[in-house]
Amino acid sequence: MVTGSPMRRYLLSALTLVVFTAIFVLPFVFVLLQAMKTRQEAALLQFSLPTEVVLWDNIVQVFQARDYMLVTAFINSTILTVASVTLMVVFAAMVGYVLQRRLTRWTGFINFLVLAGLIIPPAVVPTIWVLQGLGLFRTLTGLIFIEVAFGLSFSVLLFRAFMSTIPRQLDEAAVIDGAGPIRTFFQVVFPLMRSVAVTVIVVQSVQVFNDFVHPLYFLPGDENATVQLTLYNFQSQFEAQYNLLFADILLITIPPLLMFIFFNKKIVAGMTAGAVKG
Amino acid sequence: MAYPAWFYLPAAVVYGVLFIAPTFASFYFSLTRWSLFDQEFIGFGNFVQFFQEPALVTGLTNTLIYGPITSVAKVVLGLLLALLLTSQIQGRGWLRSVVFFPVLVSTIGVGIMFQALMDPRDGAINRMLGVVGINGPGWLTNPDLALYSVALVDVWKGVGLATVIYIAGLVSIPREYIEAAAVDGASAWQRFWHVTVPLVRPATNTVIILSLIGGLRTFDLIWAMTRGGPGFTSDVIASVIYKQYQAGFYGLSTAGNVVLFVIVSAIVVPLAWWLNRRQVEY
Amino acid sequence: MTLRPTTGHRLLAVAALTPLVVLAGCGGDSDPEGAGSGEEVTEEVDVSFLVSNSESEVQTAEALAEAFNEEHPNITVTIETRPGGSEGDNIVKTRLATGDMTDIFLYNSGSLLQALNPEQTLTPLGDQEFAGRLDDAFVQSASSGDNLYGVPWRTAMGGGILYHIPTYEELGLEIPLTWEEFMENNRVIAEETDKAPVIQTYEETWTSQLFVLADFHNVLAEEPDFAEQYTANEAKYATSDAAIRGFEHLEQVHEEGLQNEDFASAGYADGVRMVATGEGVHYPMITQAIGEITANHPEQANDVGFFAQPGDDPDSNGLTVWSPHAVYLPQSTEGADRDAALMFMDFVASPAGCEAQTEALGQPSGPFAVEGCTLPDDVPQAVKDMQIYFDEGRTSPALEFLSPVKGPALEQITVEVGSGIRSAEDGAALYDEDVRKQAQQLGLEGW
Repeated sequence: MVTGSPMRRYLLSALTLVVFTAIFVLPFVFVLLQAMKTRQEAALLQFSLPTEVVLWDNIVQVFQARDYMLVTAFINSTILTVASVTLMVVFAAMVGYVLQRRLTRWTGFINFLVLAGLIIPPAVVPTIWVLQGLGLFRTLTGLIFIEVAFGLSFSVLLFRAFMSTIPRQLDEAAVIDGAGPIRTFFQVVFPLMRSVAVTVIVVQSVQVFNDFVHPLYFLPGDENATVQLTLYNFQSQFEAQYNLLFADILLITIPPLLMFIFFNKKIVAGMTAGAVKG
Repeated sequence: MAYPAWFYLPAAVVYGVLFIAPTFASFYFSLTRWSLFDQEFIGFGNFVQFFQEPALVTGLTNTLIYGPITSVAKVVLGLLLALLLTSQIQGRGWLRSVVFFPVLVSTIGVGIMFQALMDPRDGAINRMLGVVGINGPGWLTNPDLALYSVALVDVWKGVGLATVIYIAGLVSIPREYIEAAAVDGASAWQRFWHVTVPLVRPATNTVIILSLIGGLRTFDLIWAMTRGGPGFTSDVIASVIYKQYQAGFYGLSTAGNVVLFVIVSAIVVPLAWWLNRRQVEY
Repeated sequence: MTLRPTTGHRLLAVAALTPLVVLAGCGGDSDPEGAGSGEEVTEEVDVSFLVSNSESEVQTAEALAEAFNEEHPNITVTIETRPGGSEGDNIVKTRLATGDMTDIFLYNSGSLLQALNPEQTLTPLGDQEFAGRLDDAFVQSASSGDNLYGVPWRTAMGGGILYHIPTYEELGLEIPLTWEEFMENNRVIAEETDKAPVIQTYEETWTSQLFVLADFHNVLAEEPDFAEQYTANEAKYATSDAAIRGFEHLEQVHEEGLQNEDFASAGYADGVRMVATGEGVHYPMITQAIGEITANHPEQANDVGFFAQPGDDPDSNGLTVWSPHAVYLPQSTEGADRDAALMFMDFVASPAGCEAQTEALGQPSGPFAVEGCTLPDDVPQAVKDMQIYFDEGRTSPALEFLSPVKGPALEQITVEVGSGIRSAEDGAALYDEDVRKQAQQLGLEGW
């Protein structure tokens, strides 16, 4: 849309670049700087280069804090993310597949339930009540299923939208060849959904890994903290120790950063595809 | 049968037990005085409380402010950024990444980060304002401002998603439309308003609905940055729900959930219906 | 935590005695099941102990665990932490209700204890030998019905005003005995210096409650039966001339601009620093802060003094006192764990336990509630100042130890009143409403 002389365009580009970098990147630079400083220097909250770089010390200290709580938290978060996203992908793909292919008088109702999952805020205390009844409250297993339940809707929408781009003939051919529904789905259809599956995996991993609210409600207690909760706990504990607090932020930003570097296109493509078509 | 209904089963069990059942249960529990040890049916007392107690009413009104303003800001800024980032500008790839990255960072992390940046005296933002001679406000400590400061950070964090959705919408507009309009002598503004905006309507609808749902349900950013404070001034329904839960007022907390449920549905469902209907007309 | 040699010896001496006490009355240590309470445990036992994640609490717990382990090498006490504040309350409540609590845990005494339904969730300790060693006031606040449920953790605390002594000397100010005198001092400080007369730290909301809570001695002086009437839903903050005074104080201090400029964003650590260094002169606080001062500002430890929050009448001047927190034993702890836990509790409520706590804290912030535990001679000035009120008997318990009713939102309300967002009258009325919810939840009569 920007037209005009190359010179003007060049200037405008440079200006935009500077402004955007300032707005969107400087805060992260601030995190890095804070994480490198000593306790006293970080307490000043100044946007300045550290006079003495103690990044490594800070990281070690954060890991050691509370009996290596952060290590436990990374393990918990990894288990949580891997398990819940795996279940989510398989369950949602199965639903998306049948939902798009088989039209019955229930289809409308199921679509409604899927949308309801996007809109309705989960009822917290009753959910705890149900979890307690099942003996799953304050367990990682319970939280895994919670994440699955709350992430299903979005995943189903993506899979359903993608199914409409896969020709029906393919699965019909498989059926004619005598394949049962399970084989048809897992050997013929699911591989075709690979690209959307990767999208769901990436998007939901980021979502689950960054989730704060559900661990806060459903998995309280320091001994089974997730990484987001460590940040929250350290916020009160490291009152005056901004260096450690920001070192923690830095550490827990690394996984999404890696995701972003490797799957940037996938995330963007998937999020928008699902969002726009769905 | 190639498409067996039991494929629904695993999802249905998890979803039914952990989402639908609690949602229905909440209608009952919201009518009780419920502690860990017992519960007592008290009718609509909790709801009366919710609409009477000033501290709870604040949460209600703040939610109705926060949701719409973050949503509108994301629509407007998202579209403008998307236009910019689909133009011939240099360094597009970098810019898109930079704008999108905050979407992927933990909300709590962002909250703590900005809490430090927005510190009234030592924070980097007010120091920078100080350099140009402006006496920066207490972003999070001024009761009139706290909610809006959090909303600002929300937009900062979430505008990347809106932008990316708009970019997808923009690139799917056939160039001929815009070129045809240009040939007809339409000005840049006319092309934008009469061609681009209508044609990215699906993207607009998505952004509005997604950000409105997110905005009305928002909790983690507010909790990380202000805990609803100073006092109750930046409480939203979700933070009220959490506080009542903490205090052990489970019935009241659940009533808050029902109120939130009603508000979100009453706003989002008709809006989505209306937006989709208008979409068909084009 | 390294122990100084002298303490080590004393610890050993006590260590030699304690097992005898514990063993008295039971047959020996051959029974591996440990059927009786307080029986010596022979197998390896791990006792889990839940405390809040505040730095000083964890340090104290670790010191106690270590000192105890030296005496009982086969019992390890493992510290678990939880968040503080209402968040932590909630965790404690849910874990207790679901039978999922650690073997022992640390929690407030007084009204917050009542909210745990102790009869249903905790093990009574009245028949334990150590119960006889505890101070009466503590026993009252750690009991429900007729049963004692906890052993004291650290010391009793006073709520009042920490002040900067050098500034007082410089300006020739006297310790105020009435609120008017206090305000007069504040005005002098504001005029003569650029120091903040009153330090407020609303970043941590709990610190905002002191003017209201620490005024309770004065409330009682005027209305001696306030607590009973309050529990019975007959007296209210908004309608009692005496009780609303605390809210009015908060409002007045804000209106006259006597707070530090950054009151809205300053935190507890800032407040402690300000009163220690003299950036601010008065810090309404509980005396627990003295520990923080001696730890973080050792050079200024004796620059900080303490006086009770003054009321209207100089003759009834006195101190509002908080009972120590307590260590509790949930009913879900059984068998060998229970025996080991009781031994640890016995240790906590012994002079050796006090010693270990003092060691970890640097300084105790008030008198212990255990017989035989004495304060060291070299306590900081503020502790000496506080001790006088105890010695002269000019103390009253805080309201939360006389009534089970305490609303959860007081700290947000006091932030609002102290920031000029809400008037004292509105604030008091809103708090009454908050209290009503809590009383109904507890199922008290007359609400």
